[in-house]
Amino acid sequence: MSLLKKIFTAVRGGAREAGESIVDANAIRILDQEVKDAETHIAKAKQDLTTVMAKEMQSNREIERLTKQIKEYEGYAIEALNKGDEALAVEIAEKISTIEPDLAMQEETKVSFSAHAKRLKDLVKKTERQLNEHKRQLTMVKTTDSVQKATAAISDNFTNSNSKMMSASESLQRIKQKQKNFDDKLHAAEILDSENSDTSLDTRMKQAGIGGNISSANSVLDRLKAKKGA
Amino acid sequence: MNIKQMAKALEELDSTAREGFDFDYQIIPGDEEVLQISLLGREEIPVYLTKTDTQLLCISYLWDESEIKAESRTQMIEMMLDMNIPMPLSSFSRIGDKYAVFGALSLDSSAKDIAHEVVILSNNAIDAIEVMSDFLK
Repeated sequence: MSLLKKIFTAVRGGAREAGESIVDANAIRILDQEVKDAETHIAKAKQDLTTVMAKEMQSNREIERLTKQIKEYEGYAIEALNKGDEALAVEIAEKISTIEPDLAMQEETKVSFSAHAKRLKDLVKKTERQLNEHKRQLTMVKTTDSVQKATAAISDNFTNSNSKMMSASESLQRIKQKQKNFDDKLHAAEILDSENSDTSLDTRMKQAGIGGNISSANSVLDRLKAKKGA
Repeated sequence: MNIKQMAKALEELDSTAREGFDFDYQIIPGDEEVLQISLLGREEIPVYLTKTDTQLLCISYLWDESEIKAESRTQMIEMMLDMNIPMPLSSFSRIGDKYAVFGALSLDSSAKDIAHEVVILSNNAIDAIEVMSDFLK
C-alpha cells in the first residue's frame, strides 16, 4: 500500500485518542533507515562507477597504443615488401599477429567495462529516484506528524489557560466589532479634528476683521446713537 | 531560524513589512514548538507557525465539525475546493476535526516573506469565515 494511502486510511479512521500519533514512530524509523540505505547504495555505486570508468579509460588508451603499434608495423611490412625483403616482411607480419590478439582482448575488456559503467549509471539514477521518493514519503509522514503534534499543543494550551476556544462566528463578530470600534474612534477623531480646525479658522477671521457678526463696543454704541437720533 | 529567532526577526521588521499590523507572539511548548502570532484586533483568530524538516507551515484554525450545519456540510466542502486555487497563497485543510487554512513556505524564507504570509493568511481566514458563515450554526 502506498504511504499516501496509509495516511488517508489513518486519517479516515476518525476519532483518535488525544496525543496518539497518526503515524507510528516505527514507520518513520523504517523510512529513515530506507533513506539512509539508499544514500549508502548511491555512494557505493558512485565509487564503483569511478573505478570502472577509470579502467575503461585505461582500456581505451591501451587500444589506442596497440592500434598505433599495428599500424606502424604494417607500414614497416609494406616497406620491407617494397624493398623485396619477403623474409623480413613475414617476420614483421608475425609480430603484428602477436599484437592483434592483445588488441582484441582489450577491445572485449573495454566493451565489458562500458557495459558495467552503464549499468552502474542506471543503478545510480534508479537509486536516486528511489531516494527522492523515500524522502518525499518521509516528508509527508513527518509533516502529518508535526501538524498533529502542533494542533495537540495548541489545544492543550487552550485547555491549560482555561479559555474556551470560541466558535468561528463568535470570533468573526468580535473581530468585526473591534474593527467597528476602531473605525468609530477614527471617525470621531476626524470630526473632532475638523471642528478644531473650524474654530481656529473663525478666530483667525475675527482677528483679521473678516466675516459677519463682528460686534465690538464701538459698533454697539454706533447702533444705539443711530437709534436715538431717529 | 528556530521559532524563537523567527519571532525576533518578525518583530525587528518595520511595520510596512507587517502591512500595518502589530503582531503579538507567544511560544506554545509541546512535542512540536509552535509560534502563535496574534494580529492586533484579530486576536480571536491567530496564525500558528510551525517548522517541519522541509517547510514552514502557517496555520489558522477556522471551525470544528460541531460548528457546521449538518445539511450544508457537503456544500461547504465543495466551496472550499472551489476556493482553494483562487484564494491567494493559502489552502483549506482539515486537521482532526478542525478545519483550517494554511500556507507552506520554504525553510529559507525571509522574515519579510513570513510576515507577508501571516497577514495574507489572516485575511484569508477572516474572509473564509465570513463567506462560509451561512454553513455554520
